[in-house]
Amino acid sequence: MNETLIPYAGVVTKITGQTPDVKTFRVEAPEGGKLFEHLPGQCAMLSVPGISEAMISITSSPTNKDFMEFSIKKCGCLTDWLHAMEEGQMITVRGPYGRHFPVEDELAGKNLVFVAGGIGLAPLRSVINYVRDNRDKYGRVDIIYGSRSKDDLVYYDEIVSEWMNTPDFHVHLTIDREQEGWDGHVGFVPNYIAELELSAVNTCALVCGPPIMIKFSLPNLINAGFDKTQIFTTMELRMKCGIGKCGRCNIGNKYVCKDGPVFRFDQLDELPDEY
Amino acid sequence: MKYCDLSKFYDLLLAISAKQSLYVPVNTKGGATWGRYREGVELSRATNTVRSAKDFFFPQTENLMEFKMEGKKIDVIDTREECEDFVLFGVRACDAASFDILDRVYLVDPVDSYYKNRREHGTVVTLACGRPTDTCFCQTFGIDAADPKGDLTVWELENGYAFRANTAKGEALLASVAEFLTDTDDAAVETAKTQIRSILQKLPLAGLTTEGLGKGLTKELFDRPEWASLSESCLGCGTCTFVCPTCQCYDIRDFDTGHGIKRFRCWDSCMYSDFTKMAHGNPRVSQLERFRQRFMHKLVYFPDNNDGIFGCVGCGRCLAKCPISMNIVKVMKTMSKGGNK
Repeated sequence: MNETLIPYAGVVTKITGQTPDVKTFRVEAPEGGKLFEHLPGQCAMLSVPGISEAMISITSSPTNKDFMEFSIKKCGCLTDWLHAMEEGQMITVRGPYGRHFPVEDELAGKNLVFVAGGIGLAPLRSVINYVRDNRDKYGRVDIIYGSRSKDDLVYYDEIVSEWMNTPDFHVHLTIDREQEGWDGHVGFVPNYIAELELSAVNTCALVCGPPIMIKFSLPNLINAGFDKTQIFTTMELRMKCGIGKCGRCNIGNKYVCKDGPVFRFDQLDELPDEY
Repeated sequence: MKYCDLSKFYDLLLAISAKQSLYVPVNTKGGATWGRYREGVELSRATNTVRSAKDFFFPQTENLMEFKMEGKKIDVIDTREECEDFVLFGVRACDAASFDILDRVYLVDPVDSYYKNRREHGTVVTLACGRPTDTCFCQTFGIDAADPKGDLTVWELENGYAFRANTAKGEALLASVAEFLTDTDDAAVETAKTQIRSILQKLPLAGLTTEGLGKGLTKELFDRPEWASLSESCLGCGTCTFVCPTCQCYDIRDFDTGHGIKRFRCWDSCMYSDFTKMAHGNPRVSQLERFRQRFMHKLVYFPDNNDGIFGCVGCGRCLAKCPISMNIVKVMKTMSKGGNK
């Protein structure tokens, strides 16, 4: 009988430094190709046996047929280990877990506004590249992305060379404080949302970042005319199983691992204000 | 209905134990516990075992898989094995009902194959509760201690035991010990049920209701100020979750054996501060949030997701074991009282 708790072994074939504390790990099956298929916004449990296992969002788009990618910030035992390892090392992966962004349903045919802060761009990158590969299915795309400094912007090269050159893609980068060599926007993401005068007509917004950024971005999106049914976010909490059984990632009667991680803001309103 | 005379009863148990592992409640210094039946073992007459029988299906620790690590290579080794058939004899109505609750967690898609394996190979023989005690409140949740569920139900009568099979597994077990059984009518069992029900009515917690609790009441109950006073003295020791037959939260951890890595699962507790702790902080910052989670889960969230069924079976173990005498009954009484305001 199939058992989801038993992972696959995958090979880390490429490690790319993104920022001083974020690296992107490319994972392939030992025989090549992807370990499993997923949809944008879904997650996987990554582990180094003997160290730990953790839920990480899959940052690559499902339209990528050759490999999966995970962008991981160095912030604990497992992530320290991952940051120290070399290419060719195997890790274990199981999944995909959770509900994805509704790319084929509610988001289809819409203009899209992506709002991200720091490493929060990782789960949205899966959607962004999915949209790029299915460009005719979606309208105008605005990407508002901010970080502490220029050095903390993840996927900077990809943003500049790929996203900024995609038709009707409008990328708005911002950093928290003035910095030498930066002539772009300076300021926090929520304020930038207000400055940009976004249109909410036939548009959905996808938000991911630090809780404080989400908290202050939401009212500014609502001021711009967005209804809560047009705004999506993705959450993370501590998880062990990934399938709604180990009991720790619930908010009210919903488990982030299986009922999320993607939630629409009106659905979050139904839940107790625990996080 | 089948009947086994007291004189043949221990021969019947011996016959079962000759074919498969048989576990029964036995007395030990630490109270009644589940033990392997062998010739000469006496059944405990305690109301219930100190720990529930959930260990048999969801053990306190179990190995899930192993890994061989060589250089950069990892081999994932599936160590699962088919479980052997076993029988639990003397499960009480509350604990039998707890298996239905665990099933609703572990047997829903994606099925937990470790749990399913044990569940398929275990035969649950329940024993009607002749001696319910003052911490019992299974009737609050619609559980009938006089007529428990399970594969096979047994009633202790004056000079023997009556048996009724409820499932194919129960039928098969009865058929395997047919030589010790005779046919009987329901009369003696009905008398026993009436007696048990009259005791149940007189229990101190007989009037406890679920009014103001259950499905769809998150908004009404989550922000109630009483959580602060109720949780104030909670030590966060986790004893309630340890003895609870329906608590099913688990942790997964790795252990380096020196020859490879074993990944095991063990019981965990939402009462512990590190249960939800992450690299960037802990969303349940104090014992109030953790305490509230445990009771909201049993009294609201679980019913929300399971057709209104409560995540408590009224076994009363937490009433007997909590070192500060806080328990689900106090929570229910406090919360339903406020609900009537």
